[in-house]
Amino acid sequence: MATDAPPPSKEQHKLPSPEEFAEVQESAEFGELRRSYRSFAFPLTVGFITWYLLYVLLSNYAGGFMGTKLFGNINVAFVLGVAQFVTTFLIAWWYSRHAAAKLDPKAEAIKTRMESGA
Amino acid sequence: MSPVQQTLLAANEASEHRPLIITLFALFVVATLGITIWAGRQTKDAADFYAGGRQFSAFQNGLAVSGDYMSAASFLGIAGAIALFGYDGFLYSIGFLVAWLVALLLVAEPLRNSGRYTMGDVLAYRMRQRPVRTAAGTSTIVVSIFYLLAQMAGAGVLVSLLLGITTDAGKILIVALVGILMIVYVSIGGMKGTTWVQMIKAVLLIGGTILITFLVLLKFNFNISDLLGQAAENSGKGAAFLEPGLQYGATGTSKLDFISLGIALVLGTAGLPHILIRFYTVPDAKAARKSVNWAIGIIGGFYLMTIALGFGAAALISQDEIIASNPSGNTAAPLLALHLGGVDSTWGAILLATISAVAFATILAVVAGLTLASSSSFAHDIYANVIRKGKASGAEEVRAARWATVFIGVVSIGLGALARDLNVAGLVALAFAVAASANLPTILYSLFWKRFTTQGALWSIYGGLIVAVGLVLFSPVVSGDPKAMFPEVDFAWFPLKNPGIISIPFGFLMGWLGTVLSKEEPDTKKYAELEVRSLTGTGAH
Repeated sequence: MATDAPPPSKEQHKLPSPEEFAEVQESAEFGELRRSYRSFAFPLTVGFITWYLLYVLLSNYAGGFMGTKLFGNINVAFVLGVAQFVTTFLIAWWYSRHAAAKLDPKAEAIKTRMESGA
Repeated sequence: MSPVQQTLLAANEASEHRPLIITLFALFVVATLGITIWAGRQTKDAADFYAGGRQFSAFQNGLAVSGDYMSAASFLGIAGAIALFGYDGFLYSIGFLVAWLVALLLVAEPLRNSGRYTMGDVLAYRMRQRPVRTAAGTSTIVVSIFYLLAQMAGAGVLVSLLLGITTDAGKILIVALVGILMIVYVSIGGMKGTTWVQMIKAVLLIGGTILITFLVLLKFNFNISDLLGQAAENSGKGAAFLEPGLQYGATGTSKLDFISLGIALVLGTAGLPHILIRFYTVPDAKAARKSVNWAIGIIGGFYLMTIALGFGAAALISQDEIIASNPSGNTAAPLLALHLGGVDSTWGAILLATISAVAFATILAVVAGLTLASSSSFAHDIYANVIRKGKASGAEEVRAARWATVFIGVVSIGLGALARDLNVAGLVALAFAVAASANLPTILYSLFWKRFTTQGALWSIYGGLIVAVGLVLFSPVVSGDPKAMFPEVDFAWFPLKNPGIISIPFGFLMGWLGTVLSKEEPDTKKYAELEVRSLTGTGAH
């Protein structure tokens, strides 16, 4: 790695040893953080990619259904397209809420303890 | 008045008001150069040059991410695609936006926590440094050059058209001018200067788009159904214009191509090096998360407005006029501005000039981001860690990055000048496909798979890269099609224009295969460090 000095404004933290990292990785507390992150982010990723692919496949192979007019000139395709925008905004908001409530406090606690060397 | 006469009139109008357009271009250039020089004075060490000192706020970075991401292909290309193909054009917007969730949920925060300056930092974290850094640097530079080439050639076409320049020498001059500006922004201003250029561009682009959207909706009394109805009628295609299939629905092959494109778009974003390095410019992972949220809001709002831009152009301008101005529809948005203001009026000319200047700013900000990503990766991954084996000082790295900027700039001026008349629209989608095939599998395996090894990383990067680029080489994008780069020859045996449907699963497969066939044991100690660090931020710079 390059050996440039860290910016002076930042306080110098202690970098834990490889043994400390291995120990924390094995700990129940970190296991809980990992589970809380993965059990939220992974299924959600599978979910939104499936929903997006479903939309792509419908556009490709269900033209009649997608062309059904709902009101005025607004058809199913248009509504589903806008729905992709809406779900994207909602998922971003939902994940951020989960992260702030469930992940940040746990991560912060581990980081503080490791960097203070306790 | 016939469409052709209208177009001639529009072109005349553009050239009559050329001084206005040039004045606006010049204003943007002078303002951004001023900021670049100011940023250059504040750039003292490697963290400043690569990461803007990591002191940007989440909102500032969200704005800059948006400025880095919304390229001329989004602004001009999507508006044009909707204007010509209706609903099928809108599908791009959706893929480009949904893709951000991959970055938000899986990549942005771990990357910020465990890397320093480049994508290679994360890929090589627990691997043998030199081979993986070489691979990461190679794929960063390949993806960025493809993307860069498309933007440069697009800039030549667009600016020449808007300024009424038709000679070859004039077009080359424009490409060279864009290249020189981009070298100056990046080599002097580093990440700090580039970030400010991108923020200003994002504000201009959003402002211009809001203005045009408002004027379009005003014409239709804010009734979207009426707007769509008139677009369908004026396009001459009726209800089909509002349904999927005009561009991709013709044959089984084109439908498959559409799926391939869709996969590449949604998985490519989180593997684009010029986007990934933006997450290093904020203080911590929480700020990286917030900046992605800002970006999703800004980019989502922008793509929603492309509906009004594209369908507005289809409703208010004849298809003949749009095609006469540019066969791919790339000038539909500036034409729409002209028509909204009134073809013969000063107001129309002012709007046209404004939107043209916005498009010019868009191109400059994106090429600056791409150049920074590739020169950073060259200096940090290849020069400092492979050639100098980690012994280069920060000052030496920055010097190498500045020279790499000049070199990459000159190369892209050369390639852009050669490519000025080629159809380069496929190159952006190709950059997404290569990023999704070579970079994303390696990023995800590195972060989340304990067993992943150096051999797995190398196989997935090079495997994804070679298959993606190879398939494009033998696709209708390069030969065997009237719209190909080399239409007069035919060596296209791969039927799809986008390789994603094959190359992305292949990249993932090679990463797995390389790992399970690996003779060396994974470095579990280093993985413990990477995993704890990526989730908690312990020891993050």
